[in-house]
Amino acid sequence: MKLTRRELLKTTAAVAAATAVGMSVPKELQAAAKKTEAGWRWDKSVCRFCGTGCGIMVATKNDRIVAVKGDPAAPVNMGLNCIKGYFNAKIIYGADRLTEPLMRVNDKGEFDKKGKFKPITWQKAFDEMAKQFKKHYSTLGPKGVAVFGSGQYTIMEGYAAAKLMKAGFRSNNLDPNARLCMASAVAAFMETFGIDEPAGNYDDMHHSDTIVLWGANMAEMHPVLWSKITNRKLADTKRVKVVNLTTFANRCSSLADTEIIMKPNTDLAIQNFILREIVYNRPQAIDWDFVNQNCVFATGHVDIGYGLRPKIDHPKYRKEELDTASKESFKIITKDEAIAMGALGIKEGSRMDMKNTNTAGAHWAISFEDFKKGLDPYTLDFVAALAKGDTDEPLDKFKEKLMKLADLYAEKDRKVVSFWTMGFNQHVRGTWVNEQIYAIHLLLGKQSMPGNGAFSLTGQPSACGTAREVGTFAHRLPADMVVMNPKHRARSEKIWKVPEGTINPVVGSHFIKIMRDLEDGLVKWAWVQVNNPWQNATNANHWVSAARDMDNFIVVSDAYPSISAKVADLILPAAMIFEKWGAYGNAERRTQHWRQQVTPIGNSMSDTWQTVEFAKRFTLAEVWKEWKIDDKNTLPSVIEKARAMGYKETDTLFDVLFANKEARTFKWPDAIGTGFLNSEAAGDKRNVEGFKGYGFFLQKYLWEEYRTFGVGHGHDLADFDTYHKVRGLRWPVVDGKETLWRFNAEYDPYAKKENRGKFAFYGDAGKEIPKGDLSGPKGDEKVKLPNKAKIFLRHYIEPPENPSSEYPFWLCTGRVLEHWHTGTMTMRVPELYRAVPEALCFMHPQDAQKGGVKDGELIWIESRRGKVKARVETRGRNLPPKGLIFVPFFDEHVFINKVTLDATCPISKEPDYKKCAVKVYKA
Amino acid sequence: MTAPEGSEKMPERRQFLADLFRGAGAAAVGGLAWAGFLDGKKAYPTVLRPPGAVKEEKFLALCTKCGLCAEACPYKALVIAKPGDERPVGTPYFIMRENPCKMCRDIPCAVACPTGALDSSLMRDKDERGRDKLNINLAKIGLAVIDRETCIAYWGIQCDACYRVCPVIDKALTVERTANDRTGKHAILAPVVHSDHCTGCGACERACVTKKASIFVLPLHLALGESSDRYVRGWDEKDEQRIEDVSEETKTVTPRSEKSALEYLNKDGF
Amino acid sequence: MRDFMYRNRYLILRRLSQISILALFIGGNLYGWKVLRGNLSTSRLLDVVPLTDPFALLQMTATGNIASREALIGGALIFVFFAVVGGRAFCSWVCPMNMITDLANRLRRVLPAKAGISLRMDRNVRYWAAGLALVLSAVLGIAAFEWISPISTLHRGLIFGMGAGWTAIVAVFLFDLLLVQYGFCGHVCPLGAFYSLAGKFSFIRVRHLKDNCTHCMQCIEHCPEQQVLPMVGIASSFVTSGECTNCAKCMDVCSEHAMKLGFRTGKHNNG
Repeated sequence: MKLTRRELLKTTAAVAAATAVGMSVPKELQAAAKKTEAGWRWDKSVCRFCGTGCGIMVATKNDRIVAVKGDPAAPVNMGLNCIKGYFNAKIIYGADRLTEPLMRVNDKGEFDKKGKFKPITWQKAFDEMAKQFKKHYSTLGPKGVAVFGSGQYTIMEGYAAAKLMKAGFRSNNLDPNARLCMASAVAAFMETFGIDEPAGNYDDMHHSDTIVLWGANMAEMHPVLWSKITNRKLADTKRVKVVNLTTFANRCSSLADTEIIMKPNTDLAIQNFILREIVYNRPQAIDWDFVNQNCVFATGHVDIGYGLRPKIDHPKYRKEELDTASKESFKIITKDEAIAMGALGIKEGSRMDMKNTNTAGAHWAISFEDFKKGLDPYTLDFVAALAKGDTDEPLDKFKEKLMKLADLYAEKDRKVVSFWTMGFNQHVRGTWVNEQIYAIHLLLGKQSMPGNGAFSLTGQPSACGTAREVGTFAHRLPADMVVMNPKHRARSEKIWKVPEGTINPVVGSHFIKIMRDLEDGLVKWAWVQVNNPWQNATNANHWVSAARDMDNFIVVSDAYPSISAKVADLILPAAMIFEKWGAYGNAERRTQHWRQQVTPIGNSMSDTWQTVEFAKRFTLAEVWKEWKIDDKNTLPSVIEKARAMGYKETDTLFDVLFANKEARTFKWPDAIGTGFLNSEAAGDKRNVEGFKGYGFFLQKYLWEEYRTFGVGHGHDLADFDTYHKVRGLRWPVVDGKETLWRFNAEYDPYAKKENRGKFAFYGDAGKEIPKGDLSGPKGDEKVKLPNKAKIFLRHYIEPPENPSSEYPFWLCTGRVLEHWHTGTMTMRVPELYRAVPEALCFMHPQDAQKGGVKDGELIWIESRRGKVKARVETRGRNLPPKGLIFVPFFDEHVFINKVTLDATCPISKEPDYKKCAVKVYKA
Repeated sequence: MTAPEGSEKMPERRQFLADLFRGAGAAAVGGLAWAGFLDGKKAYPTVLRPPGAVKEEKFLALCTKCGLCAEACPYKALVIAKPGDERPVGTPYFIMRENPCKMCRDIPCAVACPTGALDSSLMRDKDERGRDKLNINLAKIGLAVIDRETCIAYWGIQCDACYRVCPVIDKALTVERTANDRTGKHAILAPVVHSDHCTGCGACERACVTKKASIFVLPLHLALGESSDRYVRGWDEKDEQRIEDVSEETKTVTPRSEKSALEYLNKDGF
Repeated sequence: MRDFMYRNRYLILRRLSQISILALFIGGNLYGWKVLRGNLSTSRLLDVVPLTDPFALLQMTATGNIASREALIGGALIFVFFAVVGGRAFCSWVCPMNMITDLANRLRRVLPAKAGISLRMDRNVRYWAAGLALVLSAVLGIAAFEWISPISTLHRGLIFGMGAGWTAIVAVFLFDLLLVQYGFCGHVCPLGAFYSLAGKFSFIRVRHLKDNCTHCMQCIEHCPEQQVLPMVGIASSFVTSGECTNCAKCMDVCSEHAMKLGFRTGKHNNG
């Protein structure tokens, strides 16, 4: 049988498709397909990009990735991909891959902060890195060093980094870019449910009949999930409703039945309006059985500031910044705020001092009556006038839409799923808006059931799997444990086989705080892994000059040169996804593993290897001695205890944390890796500086040790080998079975175990809180809330910076489908580059006309912090209302984070990328 | 006229006629060669002209190849054909895959044309207050067509890069949603071009991520078929406008009807 | 040096004129200078005054298309300028091809005589070509000469990119160098023919002063259109033939001031 090329391709696709649905394929076709792929090895892997977690198959030939295909057996995508996933085969082969360590050096080849980058050996790189580390570590202590981690770490990479920082260096200054992405979701999960991550899963999209998007442009950011939602809509166009709440018209609007364009920050008011509608006008919609059995009402402080620097006249602020900065200390109450917080007796024009910036997360139980009273001001008239985002839209029409939205939520027997991503999370009240969406679902009893629930989507491929579950945050330990909790520390120390008292109990610096610490000289050594902080952190001008002009040492591990690499002192070439063993955890709690497919490019090495190699440079005597943390806290020396455990002072952290006796029991070769590379275990053909491998299966050891944290604690993961046989499993994996809907006794063995009916919100964080009323906690009595979730009352408040006559526009930043985050990978894929070669400034045509600019012309976008040039676009995918502009952040030539504000949610510490005030003028 | 050598032997009148005859002969030969060469140069049916270009035949006559349109283009998207470009030399055209038309609202290229080869009045309508204004959305550079076999959106891949860059998004290019029968859980979101709104700007062709673009712009006469001008869609009130200028010559001929009735009956009769 | 400058004063002026016009066009495209934009076919002076090649316009009219008003005005402006003032000066002061053919003819002088053959060609071929251009325009519906003009190819090529157009330029160069002296400009070019006819009655004229003439014949030796100088050494007179390009080479080579540029007046007309 002779086949032309096109027929061949068709045949291959047909065989893959047929295999997926279990059809039998004619013998002739099967043979043809095999022949096509002769010399190729197909193996399963995961898409490198977003939190959807699409399964892919990777073909290698002669140690090169030659093709990918969507994995028809992967339940998430069933063989499909998005435009980025389509190019997985190309992302590791950009012409400017970093292939060897590069350091700023002087003419003599010595490190020089003002020098130019020159190639050096790994040996020399680690020498200088350790020398600089020790210099600053010895003077500043564990607080003086930091690691910028990532939601794109493989689980093992993140685990190795966390173990080295927390158990080795006794520093909690490890914080991932996931802080910039879903920290607000985490904080709300912890405060509401006492345990992190969504209850539901992607099957909700097939079961639900109402999809409400709150600040989630899924059509571009979660395209494969969007195709599921679209499919659901197609299946029953009349019954299924899609609502798109957003601050500008985007691609989701074309499917949506209702598009609600709201003013930035007013989502909280809209949520309270819905709650008010339910409580006051549709009380029959409240599922009282569910609420009484499973929920408690709660509220917290309103005067919590905006996560800006506590010192409002910080010398590093520019003069223009001071006005906004002062909001961290106090604000004058506006008319709208006075109405919104009417139940608290707060008056218009009065001064609100931000007294609870350090206790922003504190909350207490209140009665339903107080809850109801607090909602009273959020009438349709008030909220509609406040929240209408498009000045051209008639108010009545907007009111109608809000009412329609409340109707959809409240309708009995209507299943509702609410989705959100950065619109909620990157928000000065990000934790609150997350909590309020749970409040709506809990009040209606529409949570943790197939097709019903509030579903926080994640942006990054392993924001859940690594950043959250491993706990690469400044306050976290694996499996939802935290450093502040002595029991959690003790448990971690035991699993890590380090002396009791090793782990530092003081919360480290969060992502933006590390930047501020660099600027303040409090952190002088920082290591960036799988991340591009100098492009993705808000208010970037400060951090660029902090890195370049101050006495510090910045190490950047990356696969490609980025803005962060540009500001670095030392650049380490990192292996990419298919060049190492790894695992990611997606947004529906699905953990997926893959094998190393090819030898890394050049002399690049995996982040795990880099972390482990660095550990070799430190003896216990150097790190486990006594450290003064601050006036109140001193870390004791644990050397004696270490001796008692059989360690020697001269043992290195490598010996103790990574190459210990247990680790060496994980042998390589291992049946699961037959025929595959393992650069860490056995080295590879490059023989990089003589590295022959550790001789044991490092990744498997890390995995197996890591999973002991969660087993039996609601975070059960399966063993290493299992994941190589299946297409991912959704945790908790109990008795080999994944869990589809958590907290629902029908599906979740942990909920069932509680034996209290249909639901059990068994998470154990924050389950003992004071009682109080709207004005604050009252008395010392604490209520215990086992198995309960909290329905919060949170009040609308304005952001720290609003458009003014000088800076008349809202600036919103975000992503585009074609590019991944800061574009370090996708801007190197020729097709993606050509599709979207630069970031455009989307604005309303009349705003452009007023400013005298035409499409395609360059404008300055200037805030109190900085300015950047971009081309104007008034047509196309995003259509902002008057007074708002949208600029994506992928393009380093449109460095929009020079303009954004580093205000954060005071609880989650996640910056608000979605709103600050700017002016726009012709360049 | 300069007389050839030896002319003094001929009477002046005969000389003149001979010259004329020779000149005319040479002119005929040269003219034929010249015409043949030009005719070959004219035949580039796939060329994509700037917005407002009049019909290609007329365009070729009116365009003086001055390049003012290309100079007016702020994006240098218009290319002036060079010898060897396989386009009528000196005339402006787009290479969409490299640099498509950005659909400037003020249409500087068409406005710049001094000869009427680009006629900006073809792209004029009224604004909301009834004032005459340029409207680039009325441009007809060509029409985007999609190869559904190579377009990855038709495979079910979530692409639609063309759709998102379309300046007339949701009108010229829409996504058609169909269930993906293979997975049963996803929808196929596939781009569809609408000729009534597509300006042929080529942004889609440029953005397409397949190796060779799966969506590309063709001149209208190549991209579009033509419906019969003796049938009007009864369900579309505007369709009648399509055949406004319909010819009143209604007679039809087929091989069966080319003989007259009498001829048929008498000549071939029984 | 000064002597050299003096002996080439008009040549230098012509080159300045040709090059600066070209530079203004190139700058118009590359840098958006607004002095001259477009090219010799059609352009705008200072973004306002339209200028159109009247011969191109004539061809366009022959195709049966009426050009826009702007083009017609531009054509009229150019036509009137050369018809009334400049004569055939376009060919020697504006056209960039002149630099190519001048170079060919210059080389022809220094190369050994056997290097090229000197074919004889009728100088009237150009009038036939001009006529043919109009006939073909009418037949084919396109401006026939504009489509093959090496002048446009060169000029447009310098502004917008040459592509394979250099072959045509080289062909003209070799034609002039190896086959026919003053071949292209003096024999073939229909645009030159058009300006010869159009500029026949212009004011600016070369004038011969017989009294100064020493009969050295340098003027005729260097004249690209020798047939326009029948009066040299015979009578003081203006050059009356429209084929004179006002290149003023005769003045550069005449050391006796027997050739002058001047305004035609009635009394010298038939002198």
